[in-house]
Amino acid sequence: MRRQPRSLTWADVTPEADFLNRRALLAGAGALGLAALARPLQAAGAYSTDEAPNSFEDITQYNNFYEFGWDKTDPARYAEALTTDPWSVKIDGMVERPGTYDLAELMAGLAIEERIYRLRCVEAWSMVIPWNGFELRGLLNKVGVQPSAKYVAFETLFRPEEMRGQRTSALDWPYREGLRLDEAMNPLTLIATGLYGKTLPNQNGAPLRLVVPWKYGFKSIKSIVRITLTDQEPPTTWNMLLPREYGFYANVNPEVDHPRWSQASERRVGSGLFAKKQPTLMFNGYADEVAGLYSGMDLAKFY
Amino acid sequence: MTRQTTPGAVAPQPSPWAAVANGLNGATRRLPTWPVYLFGLLPVPWFFWKALNGEMGVNPVEALEHRYGLFALQFLVAGLAVTPLRRLLGINLIRFRRAIGLTAFFYVLAHLSVWALLDVQSLAAIWKDIVKRPYITIGMTGFLCLLPLALTSNNWSLRRMGPLRWRRLHRLTYPAVLLGSAHFVMLVKGWQTEPILYFGAIVGLLLLRLVPGR
Repeated sequence: MRRQPRSLTWADVTPEADFLNRRALLAGAGALGLAALARPLQAAGAYSTDEAPNSFEDITQYNNFYEFGWDKTDPARYAEALTTDPWSVKIDGMVERPGTYDLAELMAGLAIEERIYRLRCVEAWSMVIPWNGFELRGLLNKVGVQPSAKYVAFETLFRPEEMRGQRTSALDWPYREGLRLDEAMNPLTLIATGLYGKTLPNQNGAPLRLVVPWKYGFKSIKSIVRITLTDQEPPTTWNMLLPREYGFYANVNPEVDHPRWSQASERRVGSGLFAKKQPTLMFNGYADEVAGLYSGMDLAKFY
Repeated sequence: MTRQTTPGAVAPQPSPWAAVANGLNGATRRLPTWPVYLFGLLPVPWFFWKALNGEMGVNPVEALEHRYGLFALQFLVAGLAVTPLRRLLGINLIRFRRAIGLTAFFYVLAHLSVWALLDVQSLAAIWKDIVKRPYITIGMTGFLCLLPLALTSNNWSLRRMGPLRWRRLHRLTYPAVLLGSAHFVMLVKGWQTEPILYFGAIVGLLLLRLVPGR
């Protein structure tokens, strides 16, 4: 019989201060020439942008999370109703160890890192967000991906009694997203569990959400309850609703406009009434890390 | 069914509703129209001030643009309601219609200014958006329909054009309002309830014009 693991709560997560101390310690170790210890830290640091992050308020008061309403301020207003503890994630499909994992089991052994990423919404606004989370590939390796798997599909919780937006059929619930397996295994691809060193606020997709920084924000599915490994390109919510406007790939690309607006520039949220727009970068500035994934593909066709 | 008339009966009593309508008409007849402009347009500087001071959320440009646009649509709907109110319910607000329409136009102008100056920010990009983006083309066409109406919303133009030509020109309101609400439906992600309700209300108010009057 399998022993029921003690269920971990947020109280068991390393406190921010200790987490930072550990980083300082590791940095110190690096300076002492303990290259083997320091390398992973430096690698993680290399993925973070040095741009100034948006304020906690910006990041938590301006959200698209249609499960709680259409307005940008609805998630902050209504996401409180969501119960995130207990939480479990069903992992199925072409995996070696399928099952329903509770949050603590799922996260066991995965290193939580800080990643300061740009986020570019398909609506032409952007933010810089200091996420805390683990690499998706760590989780996928833990559950064991079968060689036949080619895609990863994700699903958001469907719980209309707590997610008021789901009481209308504005979208085909539950929200679904997906990645090609090589995209999912890219070290940039993160499962976030916090931001600014704090527990992930509900409106940002608690308790765990995907972060794919080179793709438009809608790919970064929130409040995940199911991860499926498959050999077919999975159906994705916005693509099902408006296939001409939202593709499966949804890579940030200033040269491929949305049918209704330009994607060449973006507005940095929180920059005030008179701020200049800034040019949007190819793959949201992550071309060095991910352009190779799409070599030979026509990005205007596979938008 | 034909009404039975008995000899010596007086003319039918006015219905209670007609009394209410008459009362309302009597009360509003004495009101000046300038408060429509004053109170109608007060939100323009008020929301600008709020946006400037970070009280309209973290994306104040979008918030202000949408706020002005929505006010414009609301005043346009109010303007469209004047005729059906008079013809079907006997409530006469025609004295206020010019003020309502001009207020709507000033909101469209404010909306357009925020879009051009604070949102898009470059002439080339403005032109590209107008040509390439159907919802912007449609919004801009709506604005161009309203422009001659705003310019002729004064007594001098009305006298010069004569009521017939003036009224014919001002039928441009109908396409303008339809285009404005189509612009709203098209700019949001997916099919959302609010813009569709505005569109439905406008189509409804236009259809009411086909109902024979009392």
